[in-house]
Amino acid sequence: MIGLSHYLTVSAALFVLGVLGIFLNRKNVIIILMSLELMLLAVNINLVAFSSFLHQVHGQIFAMFVLTVAAGEAAIGLAILVIYFRGRGTIASDQADLLKG
Amino acid sequence: MAVFAFYLFAGLLLTGGVMVISSKNPVHSVLWLIVCFFNAAGLFILLGAEFLAMLLVIVYVGAVAVLFLFVVMMLDIDFATLRRGALKYLPLGLGVAGLIMVEMLLAVGTWEAGTGVAMMPDLGSPPPGMSNTQWIGSQLYTRYLFVFQAAGLLLLVAMLGAIVLTHRRRVGQKKQDIAAQVARTPAGTVRGVAVGSGQGVEL
Repeated sequence: MIGLSHYLTVSAALFVLGVLGIFLNRKNVIIILMSLELMLLAVNINLVAFSSFLHQVHGQIFAMFVLTVAAGEAAIGLAILVIYFRGRGTIASDQADLLKG
Repeated sequence: MAVFAFYLFAGLLLTGGVMVISSKNPVHSVLWLIVCFFNAAGLFILLGAEFLAMLLVIVYVGAVAVLFLFVVMMLDIDFATLRRGALKYLPLGLGVAGLIMVEMLLAVGTWEAGTGVAMMPDLGSPPPGMSNTQWIGSQLYTRYLFVFQAAGLLLLVAMLGAIVLTHRRRVGQKKQDIAAQVARTPAGTVRGVAVGSGQGVEL
């Protein structure tokens, strides 16, 4: 029988994969954005699992709002990435240090 | 059957997650991300959240993943140099990730529902006579109406932000300037000239 803790474990593992992805690809902003999407997906699984096991719909509604924020974040992040690439010709995040004092 | 489906979806989800962060080619990463989204949608269906599962496929696979794919392919990025020295941070990353994982598993293992919170052993289904979509709508458009409107506003701001950020004004391009057209007055454009006989008009 699959219980709540199974879903929470999967979601925790997915979240940790997102954290690890940021460490592994710390120069590649595109993969960092994808890792962020993975982490938000893990949060969504958490919310929906609790919603389902509590017999309440509010978790699913909050998952929808997380989905909205994730879509907006991806759009803005990729737009910033495009203009950064236009100006510098690279997307290496360790070269974004013009403001360093 | 449900147990098999859970382990299939969860296993493919985590495999996809590993491949997203470890692929050498970012296009492969995006494709594995799509695999992740599909399997998460499968988990949502197992949990009884059909509407969110469809939303995940439509919004994430149909919009966000395609957006990623578009940007990866549009920008001419040298990914080989970006990966150089990536493994230097693997021990630190594994340490931090392992710490977070252990902490979260401890939290999941020791967690109990608070007093007055009824945790059901079985999966929740909508009230009788309601589908999952109806159930969501009945709360979203009443109790969460203002939050819903704010979410719409957030998407509008994100859209405008993306347009303003990536908009490029090209030089040497002829374009209609409506404000300048409307602001034209006869004083600035019409000139009265008394033309003498046999003389031309100097333009």
